[in-house]
Amino acid sequence: MPQNKVLLSLRGLRKTFDTQEAVSGLDLDVYEGEFITLLGPSGCGKTTTLRIIAGLEMPTAGRVFLDGEDITRLAPEKREVNTVFQNYALFPHMNVWKNIAYGLRMRGASRAEIDEKVPRMLEMVQLEGFGRRLPSQLSGGQRQRVAIARSLILSPKLLLLDEPLGALDLQLRRQMQQELKRMQRQLGITFIYITHDQEEAMTMSDRIALMRDGRFVQLDTPKGLYEQPRTAFAASFIGETNLISATASAVKDDEVLLDISGFEVPCACEDWITPGEQLLISLRAERLRLAAQPVNTPCRVTGELLESQYAGSERTSLVRLPDGQVLHVRSTTEGEQVPDKGSQVSVWWQQTTGVIVRDDREENQ
Amino acid sequence: MKKNSAWAGVYMALVLVLLYLPILVVVLFSFNGNPGRTANFHFEGFSLQWYRALFDPATGYGQPLRTSLMVALWSVALSALLGSLGAIGLVRRPVRRSILGRVGNLALTLGEQIAVLPIMIPEIILGIALMVLLTLFGIPFGMLSLVLSHVAFCVPYIFITVRGRLASMDPGLEEAARDLGATPLKVLTTITLPLAMPAVVSGCLLAFAMSMDDFVISFFVNGPQTNTLPVKIYSSVKVGVPPHVNALCTVMLVVVFLIVAFSQMLQSGKLRRQERRDNRDGRTADAQD
Repeated sequence: MPQNKVLLSLRGLRKTFDTQEAVSGLDLDVYEGEFITLLGPSGCGKTTTLRIIAGLEMPTAGRVFLDGEDITRLAPEKREVNTVFQNYALFPHMNVWKNIAYGLRMRGASRAEIDEKVPRMLEMVQLEGFGRRLPSQLSGGQRQRVAIARSLILSPKLLLLDEPLGALDLQLRRQMQQELKRMQRQLGITFIYITHDQEEAMTMSDRIALMRDGRFVQLDTPKGLYEQPRTAFAASFIGETNLISATASAVKDDEVLLDISGFEVPCACEDWITPGEQLLISLRAERLRLAAQPVNTPCRVTGELLESQYAGSERTSLVRLPDGQVLHVRSTTEGEQVPDKGSQVSVWWQQTTGVIVRDDREENQ
Repeated sequence: MKKNSAWAGVYMALVLVLLYLPILVVVLFSFNGNPGRTANFHFEGFSLQWYRALFDPATGYGQPLRTSLMVALWSVALSALLGSLGAIGLVRRPVRRSILGRVGNLALTLGEQIAVLPIMIPEIILGIALMVLLTLFGIPFGMLSLVLSHVAFCVPYIFITVRGRLASMDPGLEEAARDLGATPLKVLTTITLPLAMPAVVSGCLLAFAMSMDDFVISFFVNGPQTNTLPVKIYSSVKVGVPPHVNALCTVMLVVVFLIVAFSQMLQSGKLRRQERRDNRDGRTADAQD
């Protein structure tokens, strides 16, 4: 949603703990009303980034701007930013009502304002009648709702959520995902959401910032990230993909002719590719098709069917190319005709399925 | 195994007898009906005469008891302030990564260890040291010297309990409070202190018991007009044990026992209350509210 104005900007953000760099140079613009997710494996610096935005951590270098104002050195209590913590951090000695009213009290809100707003929040998170309970008397999902209500009652410009659904079971997670999304739309508050769950990120976000080793690997819409991953890490972190090495045999305009294990296959070109270069191509397993007979399409390879596993709705087949690389193919089982194991099969795909990615695999090893 | 546990039982009984028999004798003789000079040797039936003597202003211990209580209350109050704030300051100190910060941190860690030391220093050494120090500063021996000395050994009890409580407390709670708009001072008064309070109270009770019970240190630093109860008992015992000392000891025993038990309950009680609530909740979750 680039039509909205920028709410939060990170510029050259860095954070070093002792000798370890947790965040190494982040630049990000978050637009008003946006739901943006920081996605990445544990230890990729996403929580540190969030804590810097909240003011709970000072960056080693770089600046944080909220609404155009530099808040890098501003104390957390002075920022119009609130956080939903991973373990909820509800105050155990206060009941639900007092937990939710805490922020208003700290702002010096009047009794009347508190008595008006707290019930509204309780209603929004569907916890009417729970005001006098202590956090220890609530279930995980209920605690989660209190934590959200406690932050939202201050109508922050920006809400930070640090793996808020991490402790919930799958069913509750799904339900809370929808509720969070509903609240975000209803209130129009900008959300920065942290998760390591790619499915959660895909279903909820307007944009996803994929992180690794303190850097953004790719900042894109869920669809862009899935369809057009820019690196091998991005391609393999989300969904299941085949990373196949190929050689660029000829480059013409916006198309490159690849040599995959002796087969000539066209693919959309990236501007950094030069002829003769070793490349990686990402082929999503469920976008590949299997055929016993060669299909008349430019994007196809032939190999030996090694394995074919039936798993209800899907079948996973392993096809070995002449140079030894193995392709995973996921196909629907409806009306299928399964070629014999050991036979030569054809694997084909739409040209847009193949995406050339930068090889950033060994960085982490 | 069977044989082992039988021996363990015998051993346990032996330890308990050795520990508690002398105390039981004192308790028993406090109810002695024998009014004569042999009251500490011959038990002659049950009577409350020594308790009556104890509370009789002529023979009683009213003045030393008042002194002891005053000393205990003042020193516990001062220690609570010093010990709690010290523990909060040390546990919640910011992590500094500069060279100077690291040196300071090391010094504080050392200080943390030293602060606990008075518990382990032999009382007689502490007593003599305090006596010398008070003389050096020209502080007269009396109420003030007693309170100052008691503070010296009361602080660690409160410091240790509060520090333990804070160390096990989620620092995320204080961050959440800051996040919700609380200034550091507000965080202290609305989050840290209320959550540390059970430990503060429990530490105070322990310190109170220690102060009431202290003889060695008080002996060195008390003034002529300010005999604490244990010092008074000691001086009356020097000329033969007056039987009502037994009654006094029994009363002190009961009071100290109750205080320590209450302090223990405070420390572990939080958890148990929690469990009870959870159990009750499991059963009647739908019926509530």
